[in-house]
Amino acid sequence: MSMNSQGRPTAPTADNDTGEMTPVFESFSGHQGLRIAEPLVFELGTTQTTGVDVEEIEDFELSVGGLERDSEIGCPGLAEPDVVRHFTRLSRRNYGIDMGVFPLGSCTMKHNPRLNEKMARLPGFGDIHPLQPLSTVQGALELMTELSHWITTLTGMPAVALSPKAGAHGELCGVMAIRAALEARGDAREIVLCPESAHGTNPATAAFCGYKVKSIPAKENGRVDAEALKAALDDTVAAVMITNPNTCGLFEDEIKDIADAIHAAGAFFYCDGANFNAIMGKVRPGDLGVDAMHLNLHKTFSTPHGGGGPGSGPVVFSDALKDFAPMPYVVAGADGFDIVEDGDDTSLGRLTAYHGQMGMYVRALSYMMSHGSDGIRQAAEDAVLNANYVLASLGDVMSASFDGPCMHEALFDDRFLKDTGVTTLDFAKAMIDEGYHPMTMYFPLVVHGAMLVEPTETESKYNMDQFIRSMRGLATEARAGKTARFEGAPYHAPWKRLDETQAARQPVLRYTVPEAAE
Amino acid sequence: MRYLPLTNDDRQAMLAKIGVRHVDDLFRDVPKADLNPDIDLPRHQSEMMVERQLSRLAAKNTPAGSVPFFIGAGAYKHHVPATVDHMIQRGEFLTAYTPYQPEIAQGTLQYLFEFQSMVAQLTGMDVANASMYDGSTATAEAVMMARRVTRKKKAILAGGLHAHYRAVVETTTQFTDDVIESLAPVPSDPGAELQAAMDAIDDTTSCVVVQNPTVNGSVMDLAPIAEKAHAHKALLIVVVTEVMSLGLIKSPGEMGADIVVGEGQSIGNGLNFGGPYLGLFATNQKYVRQMPGRLCGKTTDTEGKEGFVLTLSTREQHIRREKATSNICTNSGLCSLAFTVHMSLLGEKGLRQTALVNHKRATDVRNAVAAIDGIEVLNSTFFNEFTVKLPTSAAPVVDKLAADGVLAGVPMSRLYPGDGFDDLLILAATETVSEDDIQILAAKLKEALS
Repeated sequence: MSMNSQGRPTAPTADNDTGEMTPVFESFSGHQGLRIAEPLVFELGTTQTTGVDVEEIEDFELSVGGLERDSEIGCPGLAEPDVVRHFTRLSRRNYGIDMGVFPLGSCTMKHNPRLNEKMARLPGFGDIHPLQPLSTVQGALELMTELSHWITTLTGMPAVALSPKAGAHGELCGVMAIRAALEARGDAREIVLCPESAHGTNPATAAFCGYKVKSIPAKENGRVDAEALKAALDDTVAAVMITNPNTCGLFEDEIKDIADAIHAAGAFFYCDGANFNAIMGKVRPGDLGVDAMHLNLHKTFSTPHGGGGPGSGPVVFSDALKDFAPMPYVVAGADGFDIVEDGDDTSLGRLTAYHGQMGMYVRALSYMMSHGSDGIRQAAEDAVLNANYVLASLGDVMSASFDGPCMHEALFDDRFLKDTGVTTLDFAKAMIDEGYHPMTMYFPLVVHGAMLVEPTETESKYNMDQFIRSMRGLATEARAGKTARFEGAPYHAPWKRLDETQAARQPVLRYTVPEAAE
Repeated sequence: MRYLPLTNDDRQAMLAKIGVRHVDDLFRDVPKADLNPDIDLPRHQSEMMVERQLSRLAAKNTPAGSVPFFIGAGAYKHHVPATVDHMIQRGEFLTAYTPYQPEIAQGTLQYLFEFQSMVAQLTGMDVANASMYDGSTATAEAVMMARRVTRKKKAILAGGLHAHYRAVVETTTQFTDDVIESLAPVPSDPGAELQAAMDAIDDTTSCVVVQNPTVNGSVMDLAPIAEKAHAHKALLIVVVTEVMSLGLIKSPGEMGADIVVGEGQSIGNGLNFGGPYLGLFATNQKYVRQMPGRLCGKTTDTEGKEGFVLTLSTREQHIRREKATSNICTNSGLCSLAFTVHMSLLGEKGLRQTALVNHKRATDVRNAVAAIDGIEVLNSTFFNEFTVKLPTSAAPVVDKLAADGVLAGVPMSRLYPGDGFDDLLILAATETVSEDDIQILAAKLKEALS
């Protein structure tokens, strides 16, 4: 055994008798090295502890109509060091893009540039109130105008509504505009057609707007069955909602034909733009006959997902729909920029308080300006290239659902796991042990045991090769019947599989003070 | 291009592996005529150049922190401790997705559980969800939830509801079965405003929506309207646009609310010109399965270790599709983390004291402006905001003061144009307002009105 100059061993010691490494003991603390156990803030703090210094004030006469809050609220406080430690410890239980490949299909988990964060925090953007006099926010209105210009140019559409708060909110905006346009021409229609591969938000949105949803089947090549779609089109159909590239990661090759058929039936074409990352700078939805489409700034334009938001879902509109766009919107006048907040009679109305997700607008514009027209096209190409590289590298050991090439995501199904006893879920959990966030699983619904892999353009070839090596290894082992690593996976995550059934059966949705022991 | 790691050699090697010669061979399903259009936009730029241009735009705006600042009306300038922004910028939080894989998302899930618990405590309700987009969209969702719960259609919006919130409810429900009865604001008599809402309740009412404090700042006792609503099997929805007020004022739950929605921006989140903000949504246990949005719940893993998962997802769009309780998917995750970090710093003690300081500052401002000839304070109750009547139109006065470097509140006509409120001004004061600021405001107002 090698020793340092103080006589300490410089490598782990093996047990002398068995030759095995020192066994892991259960710790007294509950911690395991860097895996620090961390209770709820309610178990750490007290209602009398605080991490802020608030000025002391003398008694004064309250004007709250005798409605003071007398009862205890129960919110715990911690001093600042403990707050920092609590949330730092929690953060280390999370996987994020910053830690590794995050190939979650449909979600476009690309790198989140830090310049964007810095720009959004400039006091001139982050510390302005939405109801300040317009003379004091001209730069903000100019930024919104500039972002609108980038979005309409990239999409080839004449107008954009910035205010929707996320993708699903954008869908609501788009379908409402469609309904408003139909009602304006006295044309009541009842049905929205969605392919069966659609995101769940599509049918949910259509139902919100008072429409019945009819499903359109997919063809064997993963595209919408254009013939079935045309057969379903008549004067009761208000809109068709199609994701393009679609949720199987494929470009709808008959899209213009479909758009023509939709318009011939007097209906509108809503395009779910969740997958715009594959085609930005490569093809403009405006050239494909789209009437309305939302963009997810938190997917395509790199604003962070933040563990579930905030997002931002601007909607672009065709000439036929642009008069029905929501308020508010910015207009340029002789004396500078102005906001139209009311009084537009054709507008579908207001979808949110104030002007939408300004913080996301700044980040998205920062990203667009950084990439420029050339970089945006290159990003789409690299995203598609990375996905096809995955498809080509795994096609022989996993079962690709459709013939290539794909767009920015590669879809596999579970045929390659047939008779192995390993499920898509098991496979996903084994990816966690490999140090990766799993791909999207069991979506889209049109293939069995779907695995939707979206690497994005911000992964290097080295990262892709490492990832592919893991996936090949897992697929090969599963098919060889070596299923132990799948059955209990993940083994190396800080938690084992969590019981979702128990959580739903007896929901515990908040902390309550434990009853004192008798 | 600094965000793109692939080299041209990499690209060639990968194309060879795929078995195509050119990247456009991968785009073969795109109509040829439409592929690679001219995009008339600037080319890529360095970080320094982008920063320079965006900073120039930012410099054209007047930050709230740079001037005496008295604007509220649903978004508030509070001091956010440095720790908050530092924690939310940890990459493990910032760059995570919705926690679909709970084994590697316990950080997000635990703070969501803490967030839900804190919101439930603050609002005085049983349970809260993991956030909505903002207070206004949460209000629209609450109205639709009340319809599902009561199977009745008439929603009454009390006059004291923020104009934007009212508009969002009206817009969002325009194609649903809901029937919205919007009552007129009565800024000079909040009691009459509330009475009108009470009088409108009947057996067809699904819910009555009341904001507290009202858009004009008045603090109302909601117990009587809760009682009337419940007598007609309608729900009381309470909207709180200034969540800091819950550190001083009796909670909606204590006054009988069935659903509480609110804007959580005041805690942990900046003004951001209106977004991203943080929608709060809380209700009682018996209505949980009719709630919109994500819910985080406690469970155990296969070794019995306690942990958290997203739960009751059979309400949601990705499972229920057109039968979902809402179409919401992405919500305000990182804003709810900011809220949770700030709340952990405040604790009950810090929250109550901060709320009290807000009330004191607003009292000081009230006293200062009430002493000016021609200004009439309309409120007898308030938290950190109140409405005054000027002897002239408020908007030009506010513009004049803005030109003088004072952001002196929101003219009510900005929110209710053409409704005859031109002479009303809504003034807010938080803990960030100094005594000097108040003196400057009073002096400039006096000057503008003389």
